[in-house]
Amino acid sequence: MEKKMQKLKHLLWRTGFGPRTQSWDKWMALPENAWWPKMKDDSVVKPEYFDIADSAVKGLLMGIGEIGRMERRDLDQAEKKQIREQSRDDLRNLNLLWLEEMTRTQAQLREKIALFWHGHFASRNINILYQQQLLHVIRENALGNFRDLLRGVSKSAAMIAFLNNQQNKKQHPNENFAREVMELFTMGRGHYTENDIKEAARAFTGWSFKLNGDFVFRSFDHDKDEKTVLGKSGKFDGDDIIDILLEKRNTARFIARKMYKFLVNDTIIPEERITWLGDRFYDSGYQILRLLDDIVRSDWFFATENMGSRIKSPVEYWIGIRRVLPMELEEPEVQLKLQRALDQILFYPPNVAGWPGGKAWIDSSSLMLRLRIPQLIVDRGDLDVQTKDDDDQQMGMKNKNQKGVLTANVDWKPVLKQFAGVSANDLAQRVADYLWQTETRVPVQVLEKYTARDDKDSSIKSVMIRLMATPEYQLC
Amino acid sequence: MLIKRRDFLKTGSLATASMFMPKFLKAVEGRNMLAPKGKVLVMLQMNGGNDGLNTVIPVRNDIYYKERKRIAVPRETSLSLGTEAGLHPVLSALKNAYDDGEMAVLNSVGYPNPDRSHFRSMDIWQSASAASEYWQTGWIGRFLDAQCAGRPSAALEIDDTLSLALKGTQSKGLALKDPKRLYESAHNQYFVDYSAAHTDQHEEAPVAYLYKTMAETLSSADYLFEQSRRKPASGNYPATGLGKQMKTIASLILADTDTSVYYVSLGSFDTHINQEAQQKRLFTEMNEALAAFIKEMKANGKWNDVLLATFSEFGRRVSQNASGGTDHGTANNMILLGGSLREKGLINPMPDLTDLDAGDLKYNIDFRQVYATLLERWLDADAEKILGRKFDMLGFV
Repeated sequence: MEKKMQKLKHLLWRTGFGPRTQSWDKWMALPENAWWPKMKDDSVVKPEYFDIADSAVKGLLMGIGEIGRMERRDLDQAEKKQIREQSRDDLRNLNLLWLEEMTRTQAQLREKIALFWHGHFASRNINILYQQQLLHVIRENALGNFRDLLRGVSKSAAMIAFLNNQQNKKQHPNENFAREVMELFTMGRGHYTENDIKEAARAFTGWSFKLNGDFVFRSFDHDKDEKTVLGKSGKFDGDDIIDILLEKRNTARFIARKMYKFLVNDTIIPEERITWLGDRFYDSGYQILRLLDDIVRSDWFFATENMGSRIKSPVEYWIGIRRVLPMELEEPEVQLKLQRALDQILFYPPNVAGWPGGKAWIDSSSLMLRLRIPQLIVDRGDLDVQTKDDDDQQMGMKNKNQKGVLTANVDWKPVLKQFAGVSANDLAQRVADYLWQTETRVPVQVLEKYTARDDKDSSIKSVMIRLMATPEYQLC
Repeated sequence: MLIKRRDFLKTGSLATASMFMPKFLKAVEGRNMLAPKGKVLVMLQMNGGNDGLNTVIPVRNDIYYKERKRIAVPRETSLSLGTEAGLHPVLSALKNAYDDGEMAVLNSVGYPNPDRSHFRSMDIWQSASAASEYWQTGWIGRFLDAQCAGRPSAALEIDDTLSLALKGTQSKGLALKDPKRLYESAHNQYFVDYSAAHTDQHEEAPVAYLYKTMAETLSSADYLFEQSRRKPASGNYPATGLGKQMKTIASLILADTDTSVYYVSLGSFDTHINQEAQQKRLFTEMNEALAAFIKEMKANGKWNDVLLATFSEFGRRVSQNASGGTDHGTANNMILLGGSLREKGLINPMPDLTDLDAGDLKYNIDFRQVYATLLERWLDADAEKILGRKFDMLGFV
């Protein structure tokens, strides 16, 4: 495989959702040192706010908030039910809208890193308004400053509700929020004690939100006494705790390690690189783009051992297919079922730790489904997957009209154009070079047996589909 | 000790004499022999940290009722397990098993320096490491490594993904929702040919892992599907997640599949808020599924060869919180079900609520003792080798 081609795919896959066939030639025409600046430039524009929430839901949640005196009025049962049910439908639309954005936007870097933070700040909340607010905090700050991002997420209604901080009151501290902020969002395990969590939980008492999702500090519930957290003492509130956590270099290293695993290699992780990245991230005042710069501009980012070493997450896998094989989906809802079957549903992380990633994506059944999907696309086939019937995991996702048929209209023209000049003998290898990141040999005899011979176009199509239905295609 | 003795002969009448043979033979066999055909362990994982004190309720304990004014289960509505304890009211299948001498409770199971985070504690339970250690493999996975080489269907998780518990270094369990789905997705000549053509030995690890998974899936798919069709489960299983999963397990057991361990999970039991409704809903799903499963196993003479064990990553605080729920705790109970339990009822005393560690229960059985007993005495494996150190055995099998 041509080295330049492999490097470009590497960059496009790791800092985006893989090559888009229509723009592949334009990227290849650029000099290598222009690629990364272009990735960043393409993501400079501020993200559009995905405002999906149904107006009736917003009326209930926001209307009440606006009439100040009714702010703490409880919604009645019927209203709660209405919000719940409408939120389920709307959350699906938010999910599908984000998939579209990942597929089509030029701002690949922003959406890819937003997906990283979406897993890092994993939150399950079936209120559409709170979820779209949290997603916007994440997309707006994905490439900004980690301090703003952490603070924004920690004060979002979705996260406060998910981690039970409304129940964290002076009289009855609830440690969930404090624990996860330390363990998962900032320092990671091993850098604090159980007592630090108990004390930090006291500092977060009173952090709550209004029905409309706005953050509110309920002074009455706040424990105003002195706390001791990580060796510091004072009459801390939640903002103070976040500052204390950001003062710790371990926080920067924890984020750097996770980002390294996401962008570079999730199994080979040299400690000296993590320390170097983490310390520079810390010294930059937590500028996320600086961390990304350090990673991508390093001499090891394009090292052979890092290319083709990562198993694509289901979302990366699916969006990657849509970019390489442009298609219109007649029933986009099928993508909800696809996510569930492959075990990664946006807005429904398995738990607060997010998706485990790596080999955990691949078990017998998920691998077999991944291998079948390319053929299902051209056959307009049914996924024929019985997804898990578990109220907790699927929450709103279980519903009557969950489509299982991949009714896709593939636009083959860009792909056919890409391989128009390739001889029949070279075709399999050339397509493999475009689709795969591994150096594996193509089993030519098997491919020949399964390649359509009617004409050039059908040959290209069948080779594309067959080579996507392989173990190699699962890697990037 | 509240062990309810049962009439040994009563069980004998439910099964043929030959059912007991492997067990008696086992006692004189060497440890390295393969597990006798038909011995099956079913692990039921209760995700989220099930509240053990509202599962097996200390009905005579004033502290329990004082600390849980809002969510305590009254003695009158609980299902009696003798004078001291009662079961959650919806767990009638467990109560029936108790009455038949086929249920046991291990109280206060845990480990030193308990971790209150869900996934870390689940990680500890699944890997069987100490709290201070991080292991990349699971205890059932290492059982597969130790003695199930070449038997890719030796451990099955009835789910979409494979848990750490079933991941060994060389061998892994197989995740499948049901055998038919696995068969239909794998039965494709291109995959068979493509997989067979892969002979390259010098692969980077990720591709090798994918090829291995592919090959094992293809070879297991036919086998499990054929087996499952031989004698489909016919019991009255509820149309719930767990109901379907237990039905799949039953059909594979009835067909004498070479599977030793089935793994299934239910959740979420993370009841910080409004615990009563959530736990009741999950227990109802669990109870209906287990009732159908036990009945079918008994009707087919399999119950003596099956041992089902429940566990959760931790129990919950003794005191309720202010939201009608409970926060993360430590030690918890495990429930054992099966036709050939040697100890029945409450195997050890109910937790001592006067002797707490900062509001949490202290453990007095290490969960790895339970695993060691299951491995050594039920699956005929070398527990010390699999768990990395020696644990005292318990007497329930």
